Amino acid sequence: MHLPVPIEYYLALSAIMFITGVTGVLARRNAIVIFMSIELMLNSANLALVAFSTRMGNDAGQILVFFVMAVAAAEAAIGLAIVIALFRNRETVFVNDMNILKW
Amino acid sequence: MLPHILESAKLFYPELALTIAFCFVILAGLVTRNRIFTGLAGMAGVLAALYFVSVQAPVDGTAFSDMLAVDGFSRFFKIVILAATFIVQLFSLQSAELKSRAMGTAEYNALLTALALGMCLMAGASNMLMMYLALELTSITSYLLAGYTREAEDSAEAALKYVIYGAVASGMMLYGISIVYGLTGALDIYSVNQALGSGQVNLWTLILAGILITVGFGYKISAVPFHFWTPDVYEGAPVTITALLSVASKAAGFAMMIRFFRVTFADLIMGGQETGAWAMLGGFEWNEVLAVLAVLSMTLGNLVALWQNNLKRLLAYSSIAHAGYMLLGVVTMSPEGVSAVMIYFVVYLFMNLGAFYVVMLVADKTGSEEMSAYAGLGQRSPFIGVAMTIFLLSLTGIPPTAGFVGKLYIFSALIGAKMIGLVVIGALNSVVSLYYYVRILKNMFLKDAAPGGAVFGLSVPEVAMLLLLLVPTLLLGLYFGPLVEYAQASVSIFGIPR
Repeated sequence: MHLPVPIEYYLALSAIMFITGVTGVLARRNAIVIFMSIELMLNSANLALVAFSTRMGNDAGQILVFFVMAVAAAEAAIGLAIVIALFRNRETVFVNDMNILKW
Repeated sequence: MLPHILESAKLFYPELALTIAFCFVILAGLVTRNRIFTGLAGMAGVLAALYFVSVQAPVDGTAFSDMLAVDGFSRFFKIVILAATFIVQLFSLQSAELKSRAMGTAEYNALLTALALGMCLMAGASNMLMMYLALELTSITSYLLAGYTREAEDSAEAALKYVIYGAVASGMMLYGISIVYGLTGALDIYSVNQALGSGQVNLWTLILAGILITVGFGYKISAVPFHFWTPDVYEGAPVTITALLSVASKAAGFAMMIRFFRVTFADLIMGGQETGAWAMLGGFEWNEVLAVLAVLSMTLGNLVALWQNNLKRLLAYSSIAHAGYMLLGVVTMSPEGVSAVMIYFVVYLFMNLGAFYVVMLVADKTGSEEMSAYAGLGQRSPFIGVAMTIFLLSLTGIPPTAGFVGKLYIFSALIGAKMIGLVVIGALNSVVSLYYYVRILKNMFLKDAAPGGAVFGLSVPEVAMLLLLLVPTLLLGLYFGPLVEYAQASVSIFGIPR
């Protein structure tokens, strides 16, 4: 199928989003910002899947994206619930302060 | 379409049983707060699933438009997963840690069946969509269960670390999947294999995608360098959940990984005509990547375990090392190697769950998981001492215990594939592991109990549970013919000519 924007642009944007997400996870210490970065990683994969799917005229990729969106919502809900449980114990959302368990 | 779905549903009875059990337990939780009732209902679901797996006709097929493969290989792993879940459900009925929580026991039991469902789907997943969904179903329920005793600070912290590492790993895997999809235009692994076989694929992009997908597998089986969550989660989670994660979710991860590498990257037409080993497509030897992971996992797991004082943490590093031994079986890329991994999992099921059960008993009675709680245990409670000794010797791989048989088949598969270097590294690692297992034994038998260390007896169910795990650990070390035959007959993966 013809795309008005060449697929390379989509893929480049998707790669930039993915790298931003990975960097965010590694560099940020606030658990909520880490979850936002993870969402960015998942969405970069979604963008790549949709771009490939449209380019090839194959629906499978877009169907996968629906599932990924549902899973990402579930994962964010669980992640935030765990952050709240931890905040009740410790009054912090910074992963640096989570140091009971270490070698 | 409808006839196809009904036809597929016949192959799907084990998973359906688990789904029904999940719904029933969670609804029952609205009516009753009885911990035993919901526990038993969950166990009935798992037993029904085990029954349906065992009565399935021994033919290979796929269900739901190639989403799930139902073959000897997935049946074997489903039996391991369901058996592990069942044993952990028995643990859960006895665990003092869980008894102390009045709230949400129905949710706990429901999530255990959902976890079993996710792992069974992982064992059969033959489409990357299904792989991702099954992995996430398993992961999300594990996050919840790891944080189940959320009032305890370490449990909530473990859950947070688990969810961050898990989400990053599955995000990387998903990005890898999107690249493979872009390269081949397909999500089910048979079509991917065909597209790769046509040879018009950029090899370096494929390697990048394969490595990203391997991150997802490596996280699930806790192989180094994707293991960082393992010690923290194993230490912080309830013992029952730690035991389940160490056996069943590792088995599911291995099943999914072996199927993916076997089907996607192997040359299905030309490969293995003479030797039986798999030939790789496109000239990239994936087993070298896995060999690096295996050596790193064994070495780091065993070396770091040397200075652990918390038993759950020690067993976490030991489980990382065991993932390394099992990866060696995958590295051979031969049916012998795969059946060796399967034998190892059955053996590992009994010995590792046994070790965790002893940790649970001691923690319930002394309130501590530290090495010091084990001082003089051999005099205080001889039966627990002897049982723990056998489990630990089996984990080391000393005959006549079952652990020896597991290692024997892994190493002989490696020798068959002429990978002597890896055998040497594996054997040296077993020697290192002896040191920290024996440290526990020394504490139990040679040190005197701390003053005031209680002498504790065991109730009848506890003795029965220990025997249930102890007898197979010894028996499989002496009489392992049927297990080996069954594993070797079960290596058939759908779509792979034998």
